[in-house]
Formats: sequence, C-alpha cells, structure tokens
Amino acid sequence: MNQLADRPKWNWDVVWEHLPAIWGGMVVIIQATLAGITIAMILGLFLALGRRSERRWISWPFAAFIDFIRSTPLLIQLFFVFFALPEMGIVLGARTSLILGLGVHYATYASEAYRAGIDAVDKGQWEAATALNLGTGTTWQKVVLPQAIPKVIPALGNFLVAMIKDAPLGSSIGVAGVLFVARSIGSQTFFYVETMTMAGILFLVVSVPAALFVQFLERKYGYEAA
Amino acid sequence: MVTKPPETPKSEMMVRMRKVTKAFGENVVLRELDLDVAPGEKVVIIGPSGSGKTTILRVAMTLERPDSGTVEIDGRHLYHQEKNGELVTANEKHIRSVRSDVSMVFQHFNLFPHMTALENVTLAPIKVLGKSKEEAEESAVRLLESVGLGDKTTHRPSELSGGQKQRVAIARSLAIDPKVMCFDEVTSALDPELVGEVLGVLRKLAEEGDMTMMLVTHEMGFASEMADRVVMFDHGRILEDGPPSQIFKEPAHDRTKSFLKAVLQH
Repeated sequence: MNQLADRPKWNWDVVWEHLPAIWGGMVVIIQATLAGITIAMILGLFLALGRRSERRWISWPFAAFIDFIRSTPLLIQLFFVFFALPEMGIVLGARTSLILGLGVHYATYASEAYRAGIDAVDKGQWEAATALNLGTGTTWQKVVLPQAIPKVIPALGNFLVAMIKDAPLGSSIGVAGVLFVARSIGSQTFFYVETMTMAGILFLVVSVPAALFVQFLERKYGYEAA
Repeated sequence: MVTKPPETPKSEMMVRMRKVTKAFGENVVLRELDLDVAPGEKVVIIGPSGSGKTTILRVAMTLERPDSGTVEIDGRHLYHQEKNGELVTANEKHIRSVRSDVSMVFQHFNLFPHMTALENVTLAPIKVLGKSKEEAEESAVRLLESVGLGDKTTHRPSELSGGQKQRVAIARSLAIDPKVMCFDEVTSALDPELVGEVLGVLRKLAEEGDMTMMLVTHEMGFASEMADRVVMFDHGRILEDGPPSQIFKEPAHDRTKSFLKAVLQH
C-alpha cells in the first residue's frame, strides 16, 4: 500500500525501458494492417466484380458472402479463423489468422466502396469503349478502373486507419501486438498508466501519418471529369 | 472467256436495316423501321425528340439491341450469324467483329478524362487493331493535326474547350478506321461560338468522300449543305426521305413542315 502511495505520478524510466518492446508490438500491428489492407484491396475488387456480374448464379453468392461478413463482428470472425478452422483441418498461426480476418472483413467493406466507385463512372465512358470496339478487359483496365479507383481511395484510406485500430483485437487470439505487450508489461510492473499511454501515443504516431498519406493520395489522384 | 464471279447475296448497302423494332418498356421507339445507307453516303436524320433518331444510331453502334429486325453493316449481319444455313442470334464475338466497321461520336464527347488527347486517340488502335505504340502515335498525331489540334496532343480533356474535346473525339473514332461513322447531336452540348469549328471538321470529312456518315443534328443549314439525303423520323418510323432540297424546300408532310418551322424559328 505504501509503495503505491509513494508511486510517482509519471515514471520516465519505465517509459524508456519498455518503449522498444511496446514499439515491437506496434510493428506487429503495422505489419498485420499492411498485409490486411493489401488483401482487402485486392479481394475487395474481386468481390465487387463478382457482385456486379449480370449472371445471378455468380452475383448472388458474392452478395450473400459480403452481407454475411459485414453483419458479423470481426472478433467472431477472428475466433472462427483461429479456433474453428483448425477443426476443419485448416491450421493457421495467430498472426496469419489476424491478417486473414482483417483482410476478409475489410474486403467486404472495400467491395462496396469499389462498387460505388465503379457505378460513379459515367455511362458515356462505357459507350465510348463500345464505339471504339474495346474488349471487356481493356475497358475495365484502361477506362473504368483508372477512373473508379481514385474515387475509392478516400474510403480505402479510412479503412486503413480503422484497420490499425481494429488490429489489436488480435491480442484475443494471442497475437503479441501493442496492446498485448503493453498489458503484459503493465501487469508485471503495475505501471499501467505509462504503458497504456505509450501504446496510445504509438497508435497516434502511426495513424496520423496514415491519414495524411491518404489525403496526399486523394490530392494526387484527383482530376476534373471531362 | 472471263467467268462471271458467282452472284453473292451480299447487300450493296453499307448499312441495311430491316423491320427494326425497339421498345423501352411501353414506349415503342422504333417501329419496323427500314433504312438503307449506301457506301460513302451522308445521311442526316432529323425529327422531333422521341422520334427514334438517336436510337437508330445507337442500334447501329450496338449500344441498344433491337427487339426484332435485322441490321447489316457492309453486307454482314450485325445481330445475327448464319448457322447451318439459318440466321441465329449472334454471339458477342461475331457482334464485335462486325461492329469494328462502325464508330460513333457523342453529344457529350465521352473522352477518357484520365488520358491525354493523344492517349485517347491511340488506345483503340493499340489495344484493338494491335498497332505498335509508335505507329499508333504517328497516325494519331496526323489525325489530331487534321482536326486542327496538332498542338494539343499532351492536353487532358479538362484542359480543352468543348469544341476541342469534340474534335479529339472525332479523331479518336477515325483512328479505328471505321467504314460508318455515327454522329449523335455532336454540336448540341457546345457553346454557340464553338459549333462552327466542329461542323468544319465534319464538312472536311464529308468532302473527303469515302466515309459513310449518319448524322443526327439540328443544324439545318449544315445539313442542307452537306447531306446527300435527309431522313425525317416521326414516332419511330421514317416519315419522308429525300435530297435536302426536297425535304427542306418542299416537304411532302405537314408534320415535316411544322417540325422544320419550329426548328428554324429557334
């Protein structure tokens, strides 16, 4: 009791001693987020194209999958990947499970953003592609997606920032992310204020530049419509 | 003795439409319409809005699929193909092959905004005709020069005026070397002072002679000057059809008279 009463308000020694370990946890989060957003961007586009298919037997399963993932919590999906998939013979490590869970979860959101971006491309662009007899592949690659994707970048950027904040959920399946590390240091040293503050500041250090990066991309890819 | 080549059933016409019908829901836009356009002919289509004049161009361009009837481009069926001596609905590959003879210029230009003028013009020649980049750029520069935009090759559409955009769009369509060009109210979206430069390009193209042109326009002065034939549409049918001198000076139908009066007063 006495010890706690004498405890200084803020202990810089604790900060400097444990900063590398907590930063190490942050790096785990950054890696998982970067891998997750990569999956989300690629899989999201694939889901969007599948859902846009004119063939009902293709679009319907895509729509059902997207709605199912979007309406269940990420935490349950992480538990499913980490604890339930092994029962079906698919064993993934904790980090891989986190990356896959984040990637698939955000892919469904990204797919809706892509869909809106694709729908926002003027109908006249498709008609011009027909008038020039462009093939389907060229029309998508050269005409539609180069116009749709810049419109999607702000949304993808928001997903990136949101994903950084969701990634600590990985601690629930044993990923040694920043939250996991900060809590375990806190529980050993009882310097919870310092460790958790460090964790929070490290999040800011990462997510603020990420948000600025997104703004930069928006400016870079913005152009006036013809 | 010279043997006569076998008689082919191929149509002499560049565009041949028979009993083309198209409805949007309850609204019948084309009613069993027949239209022939000879190679090199310049046909101007006029008529009130909703008469089907734009739709007929869009049918020729495959932007609208007709509900029934046949369309032939340079003797080849556009929407049908022969299978065991019978005409059956064409697959996309066939449609695409026949469509390569047709191109279209739009009211709102529909340039690709993320590409320069040069890239707009070279995309199809590279991707569709399989030309090399150098070859495509060389002929694109020549085309852009021919529409008076030799100095705008590196400009994006957002940096061009309406008239300049439309001239790039014309060059872009010409670059795929079509036999038939459809022009759908190509000056309607332009400021009045920019109309002349686009009409000038069309006039020059018409004077070169070879191109078969179908134009929907409200520029009656221009039409009477360059058209070989004027076709008046009304309610999805051709009301009358003849040389501009006849349609503009001595129209046979009151409907044509009142339409022309309304347009010319404007």
